[in-house]
Amino acid sequence: MKEEFKVISKFIEEKSRVLDVGCGDGVLMEFLSKNKVVDIRGLEISKEKVKKCLSKGLAVIEGDAENDLKQFPDLSFDYVILSQTLQAFMNPEKVIENLLRVGKKVIVTIPNFGHWKVRLDLLFKGEMPVTKNLPYQWYDTPNLHMCTILDFYNFCNNRGINIFKTISLNGQTISNIKRSNLKYKNLISELGIFLLEK
Amino acid sequence: MSNLNKLNSVLIKKTLKLDCGKEISNFPLAYETYGNLNENKDNAILIFHALTGDQYASGINPVTNKEGWWNYAVGPGKPFDTDKFFIICANVIGGCMGSYGPGSIDPLTNKPLGTNFPVITINDMVNAQYNLLDHFKIEKLFAVAGGSMGGMQVLQFVSNFPNKAKVALPIACTASHSAQNIAFNELGRQAIMSDSNWKEGLYNEKLTNPDKGLAVARMAAHITYLSKQGLQEKFGRNLQERSDLKFGFDADFQIESYLRYQGSVFVDRFDANSYLYITRAMDYFDLTKQFGGNLSKAFKNTKTKFFIISFTSDWLYPTSENKDIVIALNAIGADVGFVEIKTDKGHDSFLLDVPDFLSTIKNYLNTTYSNINERRI
Repeated sequence: MKEEFKVISKFIEEKSRVLDVGCGDGVLMEFLSKNKVVDIRGLEISKEKVKKCLSKGLAVIEGDAENDLKQFPDLSFDYVILSQTLQAFMNPEKVIENLLRVGKKVIVTIPNFGHWKVRLDLLFKGEMPVTKNLPYQWYDTPNLHMCTILDFYNFCNNRGINIFKTISLNGQTISNIKRSNLKYKNLISELGIFLLEK
Repeated sequence: MSNLNKLNSVLIKKTLKLDCGKEISNFPLAYETYGNLNENKDNAILIFHALTGDQYASGINPVTNKEGWWNYAVGPGKPFDTDKFFIICANVIGGCMGSYGPGSIDPLTNKPLGTNFPVITINDMVNAQYNLLDHFKIEKLFAVAGGSMGGMQVLQFVSNFPNKAKVALPIACTASHSAQNIAFNELGRQAIMSDSNWKEGLYNEKLTNPDKGLAVARMAAHITYLSKQGLQEKFGRNLQERSDLKFGFDADFQIESYLRYQGSVFVDRFDANSYLYITRAMDYFDLTKQFGGNLSKAFKNTKTKFFIISFTSDWLYPTSENKDIVIALNAIGADVGFVEIKTDKGHDSFLLDVPDFLSTIKNYLNTTYSNINERRI
Protein backbone atom coordinates (compact mmCIF):
# COMPACT_ATOMS: atom_id res chain seq x y z
CA MET A 1 0.00 0.00 0.00
CA LYS A 2 1.06 3.55 -0.68
CA GLU A 3 3.00 5.32 2.09
CA GLU A 4 0.44 8.06 1.88
CA PHE A 5 -2.37 5.69 2.82
CA LYS A 6 -0.38 4.41 5.79
CA VAL A 7 -0.07 7.95 7.10
CA ILE A 8 -3.77 8.61 6.53
CA SER A 9 -4.82 5.43 8.29
CA LYS A 10 -2.69 6.39 11.31
CA PHE A 11 -4.70 9.61 11.60
CA ILE A 12 -7.96 7.69 11.82
CA GLU A 13 -9.22 6.40 15.13
CA GLU A 14 -10.87 3.01 15.31
CA LYS A 15 -14.60 2.61 14.81
CA SER A 16 -15.08 5.96 13.21
CA ARG A 17 -17.22 7.00 10.25
CA VAL A 18 -15.19 7.93 7.19
CA LEU A 19 -15.97 9.44 3.77
CA ASP A 20 -13.30 8.99 1.10
CA VAL A 21 -13.83 11.70 -1.53
CA GLY A 22 -12.32 10.63 -4.83
CA CYS A 23 -11.84 7.11 -3.52
CA GLY A 24 -10.49 5.74 -6.83
CA ASP A 25 -10.71 1.96 -6.97
CA GLY A 26 -11.17 1.72 -3.22
CA VAL A 27 -7.71 0.58 -2.04
CA LEU A 28 -7.70 2.86 0.99
CA MET A 29 -11.33 2.06 1.76
CA GLU A 30 -10.58 -1.65 1.74
CA PHE A 31 -7.56 -1.22 3.95
CA LEU A 32 -9.47 0.88 6.47
CA SER A 33 -12.47 -1.42 6.58
CA LYS A 34 -10.27 -4.45 7.15
CA ASN A 35 -7.99 -2.90 9.76
CA LYS A 36 -9.84 -0.18 11.57
CA VAL A 37 -13.39 -1.57 11.51
CA VAL A 38 -14.67 1.73 10.25
CA ASP A 39 -17.97 2.57 8.66
CA ILE A 40 -16.68 3.86 5.36
CA ARG A 41 -18.28 5.50 2.30
CA GLY A 42 -16.77 6.64 -0.97
CA LEU A 43 -17.50 9.20 -3.65
CA GLU A 44 -15.88 8.76 -7.05
CA ILE A 45 -16.38 10.44 -10.41
CA SER A 46 -15.10 7.67 -12.73
CA LYS A 47 -17.72 5.05 -13.66
CA GLU A 48 -15.01 2.43 -14.18
CA LYS A 49 -13.59 2.98 -10.71
CA VAL A 50 -17.04 3.07 -9.10
CA LYS A 51 -17.83 -0.31 -10.68
CA LYS A 52 -14.55 -1.70 -9.31
CA CYS A 53 -15.41 -0.46 -5.82
CA LEU A 54 -18.95 -1.86 -5.95
CA SER A 55 -17.59 -5.17 -7.18
CA LYS A 56 -15.64 -5.28 -3.93
CA GLY A 57 -18.88 -4.62 -2.04
CA LEU A 58 -17.78 -1.11 -1.02
CA ALA A 59 -20.42 1.56 -0.42
CA VAL A 60 -19.34 3.96 -3.14
CA ILE A 61 -21.52 6.36 -5.05
CA GLU A 62 -20.81 7.79 -8.46
CA GLY A 63 -20.65 11.53 -8.20
CA ASP A 64 -18.43 14.57 -8.15
CA ALA A 65 -17.30 16.42 -5.06
CA GLU A 66 -18.21 19.85 -6.41
CA ASN A 67 -21.90 18.91 -6.79
CA ASP A 68 -22.59 15.84 -4.71
CA LEU A 69 -21.09 16.64 -1.30
CA LYS A 70 -24.10 18.77 -0.48
CA GLN A 71 -26.27 15.69 0.07
CA PHE A 72 -24.28 14.73 3.16
CA PRO A 73 -25.52 16.32 6.41
CA ASP A 74 -23.33 18.56 8.59
CA LEU A 75 -20.69 16.70 10.60
CA SER A 76 -22.04 13.34 9.45
CA PHE A 77 -18.55 11.81 9.26
CA ASP A 78 -15.73 11.64 11.80
CA TYR A 79 -13.18 11.96 8.98
CA VAL A 80 -13.40 13.06 5.38
CA ILE A 81 -10.44 12.17 3.19
CA LEU A 82 -9.39 14.02 0.04
CA SER A 83 -6.33 12.38 -1.45
CA GLN A 84 -4.50 14.27 -4.21
CA THR A 85 -7.57 15.63 -5.93
CA LEU A 86 -7.93 19.17 -4.54
CA GLN A 87 -5.93 20.60 -7.42
CA ALA A 88 -8.36 19.14 -9.98
CA PHE A 89 -11.45 21.03 -8.83
CA MET A 90 -12.93 24.07 -10.53
CA ASN A 91 -13.48 25.63 -7.13
CA PRO A 92 -11.18 24.06 -4.51
CA GLU A 93 -12.08 26.70 -1.93
CA LYS A 94 -15.72 25.67 -1.99
CA VAL A 95 -14.83 21.96 -1.86
CA ILE A 96 -12.70 22.48 1.26
CA GLU A 97 -15.55 24.46 2.81
CA ASN A 98 -17.91 21.54 2.13
CA LEU A 99 -15.46 18.93 3.43
CA LEU A 100 -15.18 20.84 6.69
CA ARG A 101 -18.95 21.06 6.90
CA VAL A 102 -19.47 17.30 6.38
CA GLY A 103 -16.52 16.01 8.43
CA LYS A 104 -15.51 16.63 12.01
CA LYS A 105 -11.94 16.22 10.82
CA VAL A 106 -10.63 16.47 7.28
CA ILE A 107 -7.53 14.86 5.81
CA VAL A 108 -6.19 16.55 2.68
CA THR A 109 -3.22 15.35 0.67
CA ILE A 110 -1.64 17.65 -1.89
CA PRO A 111 1.06 16.96 -4.46
CA ASN A 112 3.62 19.63 -3.61
CA PHE A 113 4.37 22.05 -6.43
CA GLY A 114 7.10 23.53 -4.24
CA HIS A 115 9.28 20.37 -4.42
CA TRP A 116 12.82 21.10 -5.58
CA LYS A 117 12.54 18.97 -8.73
CA VAL A 118 9.51 20.96 -9.81
CA ARG A 119 11.31 24.21 -9.12
CA LEU A 120 14.41 23.08 -11.03
CA ASP A 121 12.39 21.97 -14.04
CA LEU A 122 10.93 25.41 -14.39
CA LEU A 123 14.16 27.23 -13.51
CA PHE A 124 16.58 25.35 -15.74
CA LYS A 125 14.49 23.72 -18.44
CA GLY A 126 11.94 26.50 -18.64
CA GLU A 127 9.27 23.82 -19.13
CA MET A 128 6.20 22.92 -17.09
CA PRO A 129 7.33 20.24 -14.60
CA VAL A 130 6.47 16.58 -15.20
CA THR A 131 7.18 14.36 -12.15
CA LYS A 132 6.07 11.09 -10.55
CA ASN A 133 3.23 12.76 -8.67
CA LEU A 134 2.50 15.24 -11.46
CA PRO A 135 2.83 13.05 -14.56
CA TYR A 136 0.85 15.23 -16.98
CA GLN A 137 1.81 17.60 -19.75
CA TRP A 138 0.50 21.15 -19.46
CA TYR A 139 -2.10 20.55 -22.19
CA ASP A 140 -3.66 17.35 -20.83
CA THR A 141 -3.43 17.87 -17.09
CA PRO A 142 -6.59 17.57 -14.99
CA ASN A 143 -4.80 19.72 -12.42
CA LEU A 144 -6.29 23.18 -12.60
CA HIS A 145 -5.12 24.60 -9.29
CA MET A 146 -1.64 23.45 -8.34
CA CYS A 147 -0.30 24.66 -5.02
CA THR A 148 2.65 24.17 -2.70
CA ILE A 149 2.62 22.95 0.89
CA LEU A 150 3.29 26.54 1.94
CA ASP A 151 0.39 27.81 -0.18
CA PHE A 152 -2.05 25.39 1.40
CA TYR A 153 -0.67 26.11 4.86
CA ASN A 154 -1.32 29.84 4.31
CA PHE A 155 -4.72 29.09 2.76
CA CYS A 156 -5.82 27.32 5.95
CA ASN A 157 -4.35 29.95 8.27
CA ASN A 158 -6.04 32.79 6.41
CA ARG A 159 -9.41 31.09 6.78
CA GLY A 160 -9.06 30.15 10.41
CA ILE A 161 -8.94 26.44 9.60
CA ASN A 162 -7.13 24.54 12.34
CA ILE A 163 -4.19 22.47 11.16
CA PHE A 164 -3.77 19.65 13.67
CA LYS A 165 -0.91 17.95 12.03
CA THR A 166 1.04 18.15 8.80
CA ILE A 167 3.10 15.28 7.47
CA SER A 168 5.72 15.42 4.76
CA LEU A 169 6.22 12.50 2.43
CA ASN A 170 9.32 12.22 0.31
CA GLY A 171 9.66 8.80 -1.25
CA GLN A 172 9.45 6.43 1.72
CA THR A 173 10.46 9.10 4.21
CA ILE A 174 7.80 10.37 6.56
CA SER A 175 8.41 13.44 8.72
CA ASN A 176 6.53 16.10 10.62
CA ILE A 177 6.08 19.58 9.22
CA LYS A 178 6.18 22.36 11.79
CA ARG A 179 6.08 26.12 11.50
CA SER A 180 9.85 26.14 12.08
CA ASN A 181 10.76 23.77 9.23
CA LEU A 182 7.92 24.70 6.87
CA LYS A 183 10.04 26.40 4.18
CA TYR A 184 12.56 23.56 4.16
CA LYS A 185 9.87 20.83 4.03
CA ASN A 186 8.17 22.75 1.24
CA LEU A 187 11.36 22.24 -0.74
CA ILE A 188 11.93 18.54 -0.05
CA SER A 189 8.41 17.02 0.21
CA GLU A 190 6.66 15.33 -2.69
CA LEU A 191 3.39 15.19 -0.79
CA GLY A 192 1.91 17.13 2.08
CA ILE A 193 -0.73 15.46 4.25
CA PHE A 194 -2.86 17.80 6.38
CA LEU A 195 -5.19 16.95 9.23
CA LEU A 196 -7.69 19.80 9.51
CA GLU A 197 -10.61 20.93 11.59
CA LYS A 198 -12.94 23.87 11.17
CA MET B 1 -53.20 -19.80 -20.16
CA SER B 2 -55.05 -23.01 -19.42
CA ASN B 3 -52.56 -24.68 -17.12
CA LEU B 4 -52.46 -21.92 -14.49
CA ASN B 5 -53.71 -24.40 -11.91
CA LYS B 6 -50.51 -26.41 -12.06
CA LEU B 7 -48.27 -23.52 -10.99
CA ASN B 8 -46.63 -23.29 -7.57
CA SER B 9 -48.88 -21.26 -5.42
CA VAL B 10 -49.46 -20.52 -1.77
CA LEU B 11 -52.89 -19.71 -0.37
CA ILE B 12 -52.56 -16.64 1.85
CA LYS B 13 -55.03 -17.16 4.65
CA LYS B 14 -54.11 -14.09 6.69
CA THR B 15 -56.27 -11.05 6.05
CA LEU B 16 -54.53 -8.35 4.06
CA LYS B 17 -55.88 -4.85 4.47
CA LEU B 18 -55.45 -3.07 1.17
CA ASP B 19 -54.68 0.64 0.81
CA CYS B 20 -58.09 1.15 -0.81
CA GLY B 21 -59.69 0.04 2.47
CA LYS B 22 -60.91 -3.38 1.33
CA GLU B 23 -59.69 -6.57 2.94
CA ILE B 24 -58.71 -9.76 1.18
CA SER B 25 -57.95 -13.20 2.58
CA ASN B 26 -57.61 -16.78 1.33
CA PHE B 27 -56.09 -15.57 -1.90
CA PRO B 28 -53.50 -17.34 -4.05
CA LEU B 29 -49.97 -16.06 -4.58
CA ALA B 30 -48.16 -17.86 -7.39
CA TYR B 31 -44.39 -18.13 -7.11
CA GLU B 32 -41.36 -19.90 -8.51
CA THR B 33 -38.04 -20.69 -6.87
CA TYR B 34 -34.56 -21.34 -8.25
CA GLY B 35 -31.62 -22.88 -6.42
CA ASN B 36 -31.72 -24.26 -2.89
CA LEU B 37 -32.26 -22.70 0.50
CA ASN B 38 -29.19 -23.53 2.58
CA GLU B 39 -29.20 -24.88 6.12
CA ASN B 40 -28.69 -21.48 7.75
CA LYS B 41 -31.45 -20.08 5.54
CA ASP B 42 -29.27 -17.05 4.88
CA ASN B 43 -29.01 -17.25 1.09
CA ALA B 44 -32.52 -16.28 0.01
CA ILE B 45 -33.14 -13.48 -2.47
CA LEU B 46 -36.62 -12.20 -3.22
CA ILE B 47 -36.88 -10.81 -6.73
CA PHE B 48 -39.75 -8.52 -7.67
CA HIS B 49 -40.94 -8.39 -11.26
CA ALA B 50 -41.81 -5.37 -13.38
CA LEU B 51 -45.13 -4.38 -14.98
CA THR B 52 -45.52 -7.25 -17.42
CA GLY B 53 -43.26 -9.79 -15.71
CA ASP B 54 -44.23 -12.83 -13.70
CA GLN B 55 -42.73 -15.39 -11.35
CA TYR B 56 -40.69 -17.02 -14.15
CA ALA B 57 -37.50 -15.01 -13.83
CA SER B 58 -35.31 -17.79 -15.20
CA GLY B 59 -35.46 -21.00 -17.21
CA ILE B 60 -38.46 -21.62 -19.44
CA ASN B 61 -41.85 -20.22 -18.53
CA PRO B 62 -44.11 -23.30 -18.68
CA VAL B 63 -47.16 -21.25 -19.66
CA THR B 64 -45.68 -19.21 -22.51
CA ASN B 65 -42.85 -21.64 -23.33
CA LYS B 66 -40.57 -18.62 -23.59
CA GLU B 67 -37.41 -17.82 -21.65
CA GLY B 68 -37.80 -16.28 -18.20
CA TRP B 69 -37.80 -12.48 -18.17
CA TRP B 70 -34.52 -12.15 -16.25
CA ASN B 71 -32.60 -15.00 -17.84
CA TYR B 72 -29.49 -12.84 -18.24
CA ALA B 73 -29.38 -12.23 -14.50
CA VAL B 74 -30.83 -15.33 -12.84
CA GLY B 75 -29.43 -18.84 -13.23
CA PRO B 76 -26.39 -21.02 -12.53
CA GLY B 77 -23.21 -18.90 -12.59
CA LYS B 78 -25.21 -15.77 -13.36
CA PRO B 79 -25.32 -12.61 -11.19
CA PHE B 80 -28.17 -14.03 -9.11
CA ASP B 81 -26.32 -17.32 -9.01
CA THR B 82 -28.72 -20.18 -8.41
CA ASP B 83 -25.78 -22.43 -7.51
CA LYS B 84 -25.28 -20.19 -4.51
CA PHE B 85 -28.51 -18.35 -3.78
CA PHE B 86 -32.10 -19.40 -3.29
CA ILE B 87 -34.17 -17.17 -5.56
CA ILE B 88 -37.85 -16.58 -4.92
CA CYS B 89 -40.00 -14.69 -7.37
CA ALA B 90 -43.77 -14.26 -7.06
CA ASN B 91 -46.42 -13.03 -9.44
CA VAL B 92 -47.74 -9.75 -7.99
CA ILE B 93 -51.35 -9.57 -6.87
CA GLY B 94 -53.27 -7.98 -9.71
CA GLY B 95 -51.20 -10.08 -12.12
CA CYS B 96 -52.32 -12.79 -14.50
CA MET B 97 -49.95 -15.70 -13.88
CA GLY B 98 -51.78 -17.45 -11.07
CA SER B 99 -51.84 -14.84 -8.31
CA TYR B 100 -55.02 -13.18 -7.11
CA GLY B 101 -56.02 -10.75 -9.85
CA PRO B 102 -58.87 -9.45 -11.99
CA GLY B 103 -58.94 -12.80 -13.81
CA SER B 104 -59.59 -14.71 -10.56
CA ILE B 105 -63.00 -16.28 -10.14
CA ASP B 106 -65.36 -14.57 -7.72
CA PRO B 107 -66.74 -17.44 -5.56
CA LEU B 108 -70.02 -15.58 -5.11
CA THR B 109 -70.80 -15.29 -8.82
CA ASN B 110 -68.51 -17.99 -10.21
CA LYS B 111 -67.37 -15.46 -12.78
CA PRO B 112 -64.05 -13.62 -13.20
CA LEU B 113 -63.78 -10.57 -10.99
CA GLY B 114 -62.88 -8.20 -13.80
CA THR B 115 -63.16 -4.62 -12.61
CA ASN B 116 -64.71 -5.83 -9.36
CA PHE B 117 -61.16 -6.64 -8.35
CA PRO B 118 -60.04 -3.98 -5.82
CA VAL B 119 -57.56 -1.32 -6.88
CA ILE B 120 -54.21 -2.35 -5.48
CA THR B 121 -50.96 -0.52 -4.74
CA ILE B 122 -47.25 -1.34 -4.71
CA ASN B 123 -47.57 -1.45 -0.92
CA ASP B 124 -50.31 -4.11 -1.20
CA MET B 125 -48.18 -6.17 -3.61
CA VAL B 126 -45.23 -6.10 -1.21
CA ASN B 127 -47.34 -6.91 1.86
CA ALA B 128 -48.81 -9.90 0.02
CA GLN B 129 -45.36 -11.19 -0.96
CA TYR B 130 -44.04 -10.76 2.57
CA ASN B 131 -46.06 -13.87 3.42
CA LEU B 132 -43.53 -15.89 1.42
CA LEU B 133 -40.99 -15.42 4.22
CA ASP B 134 -43.34 -17.27 6.57
CA HIS B 135 -44.06 -19.85 3.91
CA PHE B 136 -40.36 -20.69 3.52
CA LYS B 137 -39.64 -20.05 7.22
CA ILE B 138 -37.01 -17.48 6.35
CA GLU B 139 -36.16 -15.10 9.17
CA LYS B 140 -34.18 -12.66 7.06
CA LEU B 141 -33.56 -12.44 3.33
CA PHE B 142 -30.06 -11.94 2.04
CA ALA B 143 -31.39 -9.56 -0.59
CA VAL B 144 -34.38 -8.03 -2.30
CA ALA B 145 -33.94 -6.96 -5.91
CA GLY B 146 -35.87 -5.71 -8.89
CA GLY B 147 -35.93 -3.28 -11.79
CA SER B 148 -38.54 -0.72 -12.77
CA MET B 149 -41.75 -1.57 -10.88
CA GLY B 150 -39.68 -4.32 -9.24
CA GLY B 151 -37.37 -1.58 -7.91
CA MET B 152 -40.35 0.29 -6.49
CA GLN B 153 -41.32 -2.89 -4.65
CA VAL B 154 -37.76 -3.16 -3.30
CA LEU B 155 -38.01 0.36 -1.85
CA GLN B 156 -41.44 -0.30 -0.39
CA PHE B 157 -40.31 -3.65 1.05
CA VAL B 158 -37.32 -2.17 2.87
CA SER B 159 -39.48 0.66 4.13
CA ASN B 160 -42.21 -1.69 5.41
CA PHE B 161 -39.83 -4.33 6.77
CA PRO B 162 -36.59 -2.53 7.66
CA ASN B 163 -35.06 -5.57 9.28
CA LYS B 164 -35.89 -8.28 6.77
CA ALA B 165 -33.30 -7.85 4.01
CA LYS B 166 -29.55 -7.38 4.36
CA VAL B 167 -29.13 -6.00 0.85
CA ALA B 168 -31.47 -4.04 -1.41
CA LEU B 169 -31.00 -3.59 -5.15
CA PRO B 170 -33.48 -1.14 -6.63
CA ILE B 171 -32.67 -0.83 -10.32
CA ALA B 172 -33.84 1.79 -12.85
CA CYS B 173 -36.73 2.95 -10.71
CA THR B 174 -38.15 5.91 -8.84
CA ALA B 175 -39.54 6.71 -5.42
CA SER B 176 -42.39 8.66 -6.93
CA HIS B 177 -44.10 8.10 -10.29
CA SER B 178 -43.71 11.25 -12.39
CA ALA B 179 -46.39 13.04 -14.42
CA GLN B 180 -44.73 11.65 -17.57
CA ASN B 181 -44.87 8.09 -16.18
CA ILE B 182 -48.56 8.51 -15.33
CA ALA B 183 -49.24 10.02 -18.75
CA PHE B 184 -47.80 7.03 -20.60
CA ASN B 185 -49.70 4.62 -18.38
CA GLU B 186 -52.92 6.52 -18.98
CA LEU B 187 -52.34 6.29 -22.72
CA GLY B 188 -52.11 2.52 -22.38
CA ARG B 189 -55.21 2.27 -20.24
CA GLN B 190 -57.21 4.44 -22.61
CA ALA B 191 -56.16 2.24 -25.52
CA ILE B 192 -57.55 -0.80 -23.67
CA MET B 193 -60.70 0.85 -22.40
CA SER B 194 -61.48 2.36 -25.83
CA ASP B 195 -61.49 -1.12 -27.37
CA SER B 196 -65.17 -2.08 -27.74
CA ASN B 197 -64.21 -5.62 -26.72
CA TRP B 198 -63.17 -4.45 -23.27
CA LYS B 199 -66.88 -4.37 -22.21
CA GLU B 200 -66.25 -2.35 -19.05
CA GLY B 201 -63.79 -5.00 -17.95
CA LEU B 202 -66.22 -7.91 -18.24
CA TYR B 203 -64.77 -9.31 -21.47
CA ASN B 204 -64.09 -12.70 -19.92
CA GLU B 205 -67.80 -13.21 -19.39
CA LYS B 206 -68.66 -11.98 -22.84
CA LEU B 207 -65.95 -14.17 -24.37
CA THR B 208 -64.36 -11.26 -26.18
CA ASN B 209 -60.87 -9.87 -25.70
CA PRO B 210 -59.66 -6.26 -26.03
CA ASP B 211 -56.62 -7.48 -27.97
CA LYS B 212 -56.35 -4.42 -30.19
CA GLY B 213 -56.39 -2.02 -27.29
CA LEU B 214 -53.92 -4.08 -25.28
CA ALA B 215 -51.59 -4.35 -28.29
CA VAL B 216 -51.60 -0.58 -28.78
CA ALA B 217 -50.93 -0.12 -25.05
CA ARG B 218 -47.93 -2.42 -25.35
CA MET B 219 -46.66 -0.68 -28.48
CA ALA B 220 -46.75 2.72 -26.81
CA ALA B 221 -45.12 1.40 -23.65
CA HIS B 222 -42.46 -0.45 -25.62
CA ILE B 223 -41.24 2.83 -27.15
CA THR B 224 -40.69 4.20 -23.64
CA TYR B 225 -38.46 1.24 -22.78
CA LEU B 226 -36.00 2.01 -25.58
CA SER B 227 -33.76 4.98 -26.28
CA LYS B 228 -33.92 7.18 -29.36
CA GLN B 229 -30.34 6.28 -30.20
CA GLY B 230 -31.01 2.56 -29.71
CA LEU B 231 -34.03 2.67 -32.01
CA GLN B 232 -32.14 4.66 -34.62
CA GLU B 233 -29.23 2.23 -34.61
CA LYS B 234 -31.41 -0.86 -34.73
CA PHE B 235 -34.03 0.27 -37.23
CA GLY B 236 -33.18 3.68 -38.64
CA ARG B 237 -35.48 4.27 -41.60
CA ASN B 238 -35.04 0.72 -42.86
CA LEU B 239 -37.96 -0.63 -44.86
CA GLN B 240 -39.75 -3.87 -44.03
CA GLU B 241 -39.34 -6.49 -46.77
CA ARG B 242 -39.82 -3.94 -49.53
CA SER B 243 -37.55 -1.82 -51.65
CA ASP B 244 -39.67 1.32 -51.68
CA LEU B 245 -42.48 3.11 -49.87
CA LYS B 246 -45.92 1.74 -50.71
CA PHE B 247 -47.90 4.96 -50.23
CA GLY B 248 -50.29 3.28 -47.81
CA PHE B 249 -50.65 2.46 -44.15
CA ASP B 250 -49.11 -0.98 -44.06
CA ALA B 251 -45.94 -1.37 -42.06
CA ASP B 252 -43.52 0.20 -44.53
CA PHE B 253 -40.82 0.67 -41.91
CA GLN B 254 -39.12 -2.02 -39.86
CA ILE B 255 -39.87 -0.15 -36.66
CA GLU B 256 -43.59 -0.29 -37.44
CA SER B 257 -43.45 -3.99 -38.10
CA TYR B 258 -41.42 -4.53 -34.94
CA LEU B 259 -43.91 -2.67 -32.76
CA ARG B 260 -46.88 -4.47 -34.31
CA TYR B 261 -45.16 -7.77 -33.57
CA GLN B 262 -44.45 -6.74 -29.96
CA GLY B 263 -48.12 -5.83 -29.56
CA SER B 264 -49.41 -9.05 -31.07
CA VAL B 265 -47.27 -11.43 -28.99
CA PHE B 266 -48.05 -9.50 -25.83
CA VAL B 267 -51.81 -10.09 -26.01
CA ASP B 268 -51.21 -13.84 -26.03
CA ARG B 269 -49.56 -13.74 -22.64
CA PHE B 270 -51.08 -10.81 -20.79
CA ASP B 271 -54.49 -9.87 -19.46
CA ALA B 272 -55.91 -6.44 -20.27
CA ASN B 273 -57.46 -5.87 -16.85
CA SER B 274 -54.20 -6.83 -15.15
CA TYR B 275 -52.53 -4.18 -17.28
CA LEU B 276 -55.01 -1.59 -16.00
CA TYR B 277 -54.58 -2.59 -12.36
CA ILE B 278 -50.83 -2.85 -12.34
CA THR B 279 -50.24 0.44 -14.18
CA ARG B 280 -52.61 2.06 -11.68
CA ALA B 281 -50.57 0.66 -8.80
CA MET B 282 -47.42 2.18 -10.34
CA ASP B 283 -49.11 5.56 -10.80
CA TYR B 284 -50.21 5.60 -7.18
CA PHE B 285 -46.66 4.88 -6.01
CA ASP B 286 -45.26 7.86 -4.15
CA LEU B 287 -43.05 6.72 -1.29
CA THR B 288 -42.00 10.32 -0.65
CA LYS B 289 -45.60 11.34 -0.04
CA GLN B 290 -46.19 8.29 2.15
CA PHE B 291 -43.62 9.84 4.48
CA GLY B 292 -44.88 13.40 4.48
CA GLY B 293 -42.61 14.61 1.69
CA ASN B 294 -39.39 13.35 3.26
CA LEU B 295 -38.14 10.22 1.49
CA SER B 296 -35.38 9.72 4.07
CA LYS B 297 -38.03 8.91 6.67
CA ALA B 298 -39.06 5.88 4.60
CA PHE B 299 -35.71 4.33 5.48
CA LYS B 300 -35.26 5.58 9.03
CA ASN B 301 -32.99 3.32 11.10
CA THR B 302 -32.44 0.97 8.17
CA LYS B 303 -29.46 -1.37 8.44
CA THR B 304 -29.93 -2.57 4.88
CA LYS B 305 -27.08 -2.14 2.41
CA PHE B 306 -28.40 -0.42 -0.72
CA PHE B 307 -26.99 -0.70 -4.21
CA ILE B 308 -28.81 1.56 -6.66
CA ILE B 309 -28.28 1.34 -10.40
CA SER B 310 -29.48 3.57 -13.23
CA PHE B 311 -28.77 3.65 -16.97
CA THR B 312 -27.55 6.61 -19.03
CA SER B 313 -30.14 6.17 -21.80
CA ASP B 314 -33.14 5.44 -19.54
CA TRP B 315 -35.47 8.41 -19.93
CA LEU B 316 -38.46 6.69 -18.32
CA TYR B 317 -36.82 6.36 -14.90
CA PRO B 318 -33.84 8.65 -15.42
CA THR B 319 -30.66 8.78 -13.36
CA SER B 320 -31.85 11.93 -11.59
CA GLU B 321 -34.80 10.06 -10.05
CA ASN B 322 -32.60 7.16 -8.98
CA LYS B 323 -30.17 9.66 -7.50
CA ASP B 324 -32.96 11.19 -5.43
CA ILE B 325 -33.14 7.87 -3.61
CA VAL B 326 -29.35 7.90 -3.08
CA ILE B 327 -29.55 11.44 -1.71
CA ALA B 328 -32.38 10.51 0.68
CA LEU B 329 -30.33 7.57 1.95
CA ASN B 330 -27.14 9.59 2.35
CA ALA B 331 -29.08 12.19 4.32
CA ILE B 332 -29.61 9.57 7.04
CA GLY B 333 -26.18 7.99 6.77
CA ALA B 334 -27.45 4.75 5.24
CA ASP B 335 -25.06 2.33 3.57
CA VAL B 336 -25.52 3.06 -0.12
CA GLY B 337 -23.68 2.42 -3.36
CA PHE B 338 -24.70 3.92 -6.66
CA VAL B 339 -23.56 3.69 -10.26
CA GLU B 340 -25.01 4.85 -13.56
CA ILE B 341 -24.27 2.25 -16.24
CA LYS B 342 -23.42 3.55 -19.70
CA THR B 343 -25.62 1.94 -22.36
CA ASP B 344 -27.85 2.97 -25.27
CA LYS B 345 -30.44 0.26 -24.53
CA GLY B 346 -32.79 2.56 -22.61
CA HIS B 347 -34.95 1.54 -19.68
CA ASP B 348 -34.95 -2.06 -20.91
CA SER B 349 -31.20 -2.26 -20.15
CA PHE B 350 -31.88 -4.03 -16.87
CA LEU B 351 -33.49 -6.94 -18.75
CA LEU B 352 -30.86 -7.19 -21.45
CA ASP B 353 -27.31 -8.41 -21.90
CA VAL B 354 -25.45 -5.37 -20.55
CA PRO B 355 -22.15 -6.91 -19.39
CA ASP B 356 -21.06 -4.00 -17.15
CA PHE B 357 -24.36 -4.10 -15.32
CA LEU B 358 -24.45 -7.87 -14.92
CA SER B 359 -20.83 -8.27 -13.82
CA THR B 360 -21.04 -5.47 -11.26
CA ILE B 361 -24.12 -7.03 -9.66
CA LYS B 362 -22.55 -10.48 -9.68
CA ASN B 363 -19.39 -9.28 -7.95
CA TYR B 364 -21.29 -7.09 -5.53
CA LEU B 365 -23.57 -9.92 -4.41
CA ASN B 366 -20.76 -12.44 -4.09
CA THR B 367 -18.45 -10.15 -2.13
CA THR B 368 -21.21 -8.83 0.10
CA TYR B 369 -22.49 -12.33 0.84
CA SER B 370 -19.05 -13.52 1.94
CA ASN B 371 -18.32 -10.28 3.83
CA ILE B 372 -21.54 -10.63 5.79
CA ASN B 373 -20.76 -14.25 6.54
CA GLU B 374 -17.30 -13.30 7.79
CA ARG B 375 -19.04 -10.64 9.90
CA ARG B 376 -16.74 -8.06 8.48
CA ILE B 377 -19.55 -5.72 7.52
